[in-house]
Amino acid sequence: MSAEEKVVFERPHALLPVITNYCPGCPHGIVHRLVAETIDELGIEGETVGVAPVGCAVTSVDFFGCDMIEAAHGRAPAVATAVKRVHPQNVVFAYQGDGDLASIGMAETVHAATRGENITIIFINNAIYGMTGGQMAPTSLPHQITQTSPYGRDTETAGYPIRVSELLSSLDGVAYLERVTVDSPKNVRKAKKAIKRAFQNQIDGVGYSLIEVVSTCPTNWGLSPQDSFDWMRENMLPYYPLGVYKDVVADGYANAAEAAAARNADCPVAHPEKAGA
Amino acid sequence: MSEKVLMKGNEAMAESAIRAGCRFFFGYPITPQTELAAYMSKQMPKCGGTYLQAESEIAAINMVYGASAAGARVMTSSSSPGISLKGEGISYMAGCDLPGVIVNVQRGGPGLGGIQPSQSDYWQATRATGHGDFQIMVYAPSTVQEMADYAYLAFDKADEYRIPVMILADGMLGQMMEPVLMPEPKTELPEKPWATTGHHNKRKHNIVDSLYLTPDALEGLNRERFERYETIKANEQRAELFMCDDAEIVLVAFGASARIARSAVVAAREKGIKAGLIRPITLWPFPTNAFESVMDTARDFLVVEMNMGQMVDDVRLVSEGRVPVEFFGRTGGIIPTPAEVLKRIEAAHEKVGE
Amino acid sequence: MARIIVDDYFCKGCGLCVDACPVQILELDMATITEKGYHPACCVDQSKCTGCMSCALMCPDCAIKVMR
Repeated sequence: MSAEEKVVFERPHALLPVITNYCPGCPHGIVHRLVAETIDELGIEGETVGVAPVGCAVTSVDFFGCDMIEAAHGRAPAVATAVKRVHPQNVVFAYQGDGDLASIGMAETVHAATRGENITIIFINNAIYGMTGGQMAPTSLPHQITQTSPYGRDTETAGYPIRVSELLSSLDGVAYLERVTVDSPKNVRKAKKAIKRAFQNQIDGVGYSLIEVVSTCPTNWGLSPQDSFDWMRENMLPYYPLGVYKDVVADGYANAAEAAAARNADCPVAHPEKAGA
Repeated sequence: MSEKVLMKGNEAMAESAIRAGCRFFFGYPITPQTELAAYMSKQMPKCGGTYLQAESEIAAINMVYGASAAGARVMTSSSSPGISLKGEGISYMAGCDLPGVIVNVQRGGPGLGGIQPSQSDYWQATRATGHGDFQIMVYAPSTVQEMADYAYLAFDKADEYRIPVMILADGMLGQMMEPVLMPEPKTELPEKPWATTGHHNKRKHNIVDSLYLTPDALEGLNRERFERYETIKANEQRAELFMCDDAEIVLVAFGASARIARSAVVAAREKGIKAGLIRPITLWPFPTNAFESVMDTARDFLVVEMNMGQMVDDVRLVSEGRVPVEFFGRTGGIIPTPAEVLKRIEAAHEKVGE
Repeated sequence: MARIIVDDYFCKGCGLCVDACPVQILELDMATITEKGYHPACCVDQSKCTGCMSCALMCPDCAIKVMR
């Protein structure tokens, strides 16, 4: 070992040295690390409060080094809202899966977003309920076979998957939405950048940010981790295209409120400051 | 120096909560608790507090959960159908030992029911606010003054025992006006070292969680919690005994119906009937000690409720067959009249004989 | 000179690092079974390691430490 040897990559401090309950090759671990690296780099572990979902990441309360709250299924945005209101100086994030965020918690998701809560949401979309053994999710693809769509998701009876980033992009309260994935070192770096932006936005008061991570579930898809990424690239990415769905800063606004005001500029009641002008 | 002011019950609970240090209110509109939320929406911004109208009762109680986890004194209010929706969050609060105050200004049920006063959520409040093995403390005020007093006390008890506390009122108490003396605003609130406030690199991370996948751990925690419930039962029972010293016909009523029962007791006494009233103020813990104190003279319990007979179960349990238990109730939003209660007292008196 | 250390305590043998390595010097060690019952990843030729961190970036279990 040379004297100048430097450690260039190791476990971030905000990710506790415990073995996760996630299956081999589950991208949850990658995303957890990206969140923890972000917390380390921004130096905010002591100020951060995380809200865990119901689903596989339910046990993430034991993995992150910051204060953690376990929310009821789908309620993480409501819980995070309150934590942020009580301690506005804290950095509050919710980490949720697709069943939690887009099915049972859709009302909480949409309303936290439209209220423009200054929080960060990390959303893992793997098109299936993992924890309960692979049932159809609100994001399961048409004809996708799951435990509760054994003949494939029938769109005539089960309807269509929800594209969360597209759906939320119409809301004035939202500051930043980006869909990323973690299937390659390059995409992991991009995902990290997006997650860091989503936290930085909160610190800067830009507003509600959500990062959707298109992910896999090797165990319940019945594929190897590698084949899962192949299936994801082939089937999920065409349905859930990667990219930025909203970015008020890139649009030239300081925050979500400013962007919203510009969008509703022609509504007199929304602009009492213009009265009598 | 405070003075008595004329206030609606719903507003009295809101003002008193603010004086108890509650700075966070999350709610959803429903009749007949409307004035409480409206009062909060007006007053919270003036005292640096937060009023947030949630997207649903479910979201509101989960905001209570979050604010409580973050260490704040926090409250929500609703009426019967809305309380059903809050059941999930109340169970999670119990599972995480989170304090918080929940007001139920009851209306008739089941289903959408009516918007008139009712006491038909007694079972829900004392037996099954949500899934799992747990209790919440339940105060049943009977006057606007008591609504202020117990809303105030509820925050202290919630923090002391780390338990959700419910104020079980009804549409009559919530809407009526009475003079009330407000408690002094609190200046010091208890420390909450368990709260998720950010560890500021000074302690290990705090976790607020109700998930225990190891059966032994979950059972252990449930047993520990029930030991705390025993302490609450021993220390926190409250009841008013009215004309009970020599009472043979002992009425039992809480909240709004206790006001009617009291008038009927006075009328019965005027007729020479030795009637009295036990008015449970804590519905959980049920004030069993108050019942023991009348067992020597009581010859008949007459339970008066605005429901089809719910608290009567608890009276039967405490009586254990020693004294017969009768029930008189009106439902659907109907408030019993003193005259009809008096008739029942007279019938009971006749039955037990001289 | 760059090198990596795989911590068998954390490695679940998923092989994502094996696929990610641009110089193909990672393998699952079929001769070893970890305490948790996995074949852990190992570097078969440290001399070729460039320290690019691709393996570590893809590791879901933070089992890889990279040094340069």
